[in-house]
Amino acid sequence: MLKYSVKRILLAIVTIFIIAAITFFAMNAIPGGPFAKEKAPEPRVQAVLEARYGLNKPVGEQFIMYLTNLLRGDFGVSLKTGREISQTISTSFSVSATLGAMAIVVALVFGLLLGSIAALMRGKWPDRTIIFFTILFVSVPSFILATLLLLIFSHGLGWFQVWSVTETNYTLPVIALALYPMSYITRLTKSSMLDVLGQDYIRTARAKGVREQLVIAKHALRNALIPVITYVGPLTAYILTGSLVVETVFGIGGLGTHFVSAINNRDYPLVMGTTIFLATLMVIMTLVSDLLYKAIDPKITFD
Amino acid sequence: MSQPLLQVKNLHTMFPTESGEVRAVNGINFSLERGKVLGIVGESGSGKSVTAYSILRILDNPGRITQGEILFEETDITKLPRNQMRQIRGSKISIIFQDPMTSLNPVYTVGNQLMEAIRLHTSRNRQQAQERALEMLELVGVNEPKKRLKQYPYQLSGGMRQRVMIAMALACEPDILIADEPTTALDVTIQAQILELMQELKNKLGMAIIMITHDLGVIAEMCDEIIVMYAGRVCERGTADEIFYNPRHEYTKGLLRSIPKMTTTKERLTPIGGSPVDLLNMPKGCAFAARCDRAMKICLTEQPEEIEINPDHRAACWVNVKEGALAQGGQNNG
Repeated sequence: MLKYSVKRILLAIVTIFIIAAITFFAMNAIPGGPFAKEKAPEPRVQAVLEARYGLNKPVGEQFIMYLTNLLRGDFGVSLKTGREISQTISTSFSVSATLGAMAIVVALVFGLLLGSIAALMRGKWPDRTIIFFTILFVSVPSFILATLLLLIFSHGLGWFQVWSVTETNYTLPVIALALYPMSYITRLTKSSMLDVLGQDYIRTARAKGVREQLVIAKHALRNALIPVITYVGPLTAYILTGSLVVETVFGIGGLGTHFVSAINNRDYPLVMGTTIFLATLMVIMTLVSDLLYKAIDPKITFD
Repeated sequence: MSQPLLQVKNLHTMFPTESGEVRAVNGINFSLERGKVLGIVGESGSGKSVTAYSILRILDNPGRITQGEILFEETDITKLPRNQMRQIRGSKISIIFQDPMTSLNPVYTVGNQLMEAIRLHTSRNRQQAQERALEMLELVGVNEPKKRLKQYPYQLSGGMRQRVMIAMALACEPDILIADEPTTALDVTIQAQILELMQELKNKLGMAIIMITHDLGVIAEMCDEIIVMYAGRVCERGTADEIFYNPRHEYTKGLLRSIPKMTTTKERLTPIGGSPVDLLNMPKGCAFAARCDRAMKICLTEQPEEIEINPDHRAACWVNVKEGALAQGGQNNG
């Protein structure tokens, strides 16, 4: 287990290095630069700026310079705002992470619950209702859902304030972000629950005299969870990248918003910082979901 | 005389489906005395397992008992409330299933599953339950029982798992053990070991056994009585000797012809022709008539009643009635 984790972490470092390299060279290959604007500064000023940030050096040298700084824990400063990248990431990520974490919890709790209900009441009206809505939420893109939520609950009914510096109510953004993964988990849980309920060991549990609630909660759910856990890794990815749309619609200054504006501005250090940060997060989440897998399914061994 | 431990009276079980009612069990009667072994034999779909699941009320959805009574110690358990029925399952009546590979929950240890059964029906605490689980594993001949308690089902062989299933079923000392084809999924040497173990445990613990199988040869030795089922009905019942050496129902005769014999190695086995009856459209007369070589007119129109061949033997076949009448007619004439 420990040996496996160490191996995975070493591999992760390689993965992150490759991602960093690709991003760095790809960014430099795109025409334009941080100071190439319609109202571009005078060539002389631009040359000074480029020299200051080392942009006049060969790309390879720039990359090595970036990596050595990175190893010292220095992400550099934004070419746009002049603020420390690490600071920008940590403040904006705390918003995104709160939003994302809440959305994941909501999606998991309701997804498992609704999926189990649908499986247990197969063919009856609760099942049909649940499945109807999951199809709806899986099919409709999140920016439409987010806009509709705003229109109905903020503008129409006035239950929630629009997001601002003073008004930070996460309810609507969390719903908008959670609906898709929740629906997906519901469908996943339903099908795996139905599969598990037909297994012989469920009949064994009933034949032992285990009460029905416990048959479901102890004997069925844990087995039904295995395919759901597989989805937790990609789910995190969805939440992290997908939150961009939702953040934009609700006007929340999260990591996703910063990421896209950084690309538009050719803010190289910010793009690099955000990419490396997200990549690291992804690798960690995948590792966590693999370890979770092991905790739930004893058949999985890492040796 | 004391009442039998279990009495099944006119049991009907069916599964409503979109294409109609599947009548799996159609009026079964039998009784089981304390400490006796009853064998139920029949081909796939003859209603053997459904009968067993009906007794425990663990029928798969949407199956249900539509008629009849199941008296356990004189209580009709078909009418018991759910929670009282649950207290009988696993403690008074236990079952082991056909496929030990899939009958244990893959994500819990053997010990966890054994102790669950024990703690459900007794007041033992964790420690005592674990001791009991250990004792049971030793009893069913699992080697290194201490280690096994902490193992997961996938770490055990098929024979070992069936032993664990038996240990689990017997942990609360039930009055009845139902064995639903306990050896079908195992290879031959393990089959013999498991049957031997069951016989041994029966002598030690004194429970009654209902042994369900499609293989007459497997159970002949241990059964006090054998019931042959076809299409959810009993076609013949009697002691093992009577069924083997004096079969009086054409279906039983067919079953016996399809068992390989040690003496006739070169001969081909004779299968029963035709295919099993369609449980959605049960015929009016004898369910076996369509596959029977000796079917008569009456077989197609009227269901045969069980008639007594001798005190140890009953069969539901019109041929017996006819031959009986002929014999009687002959006697009258002479």
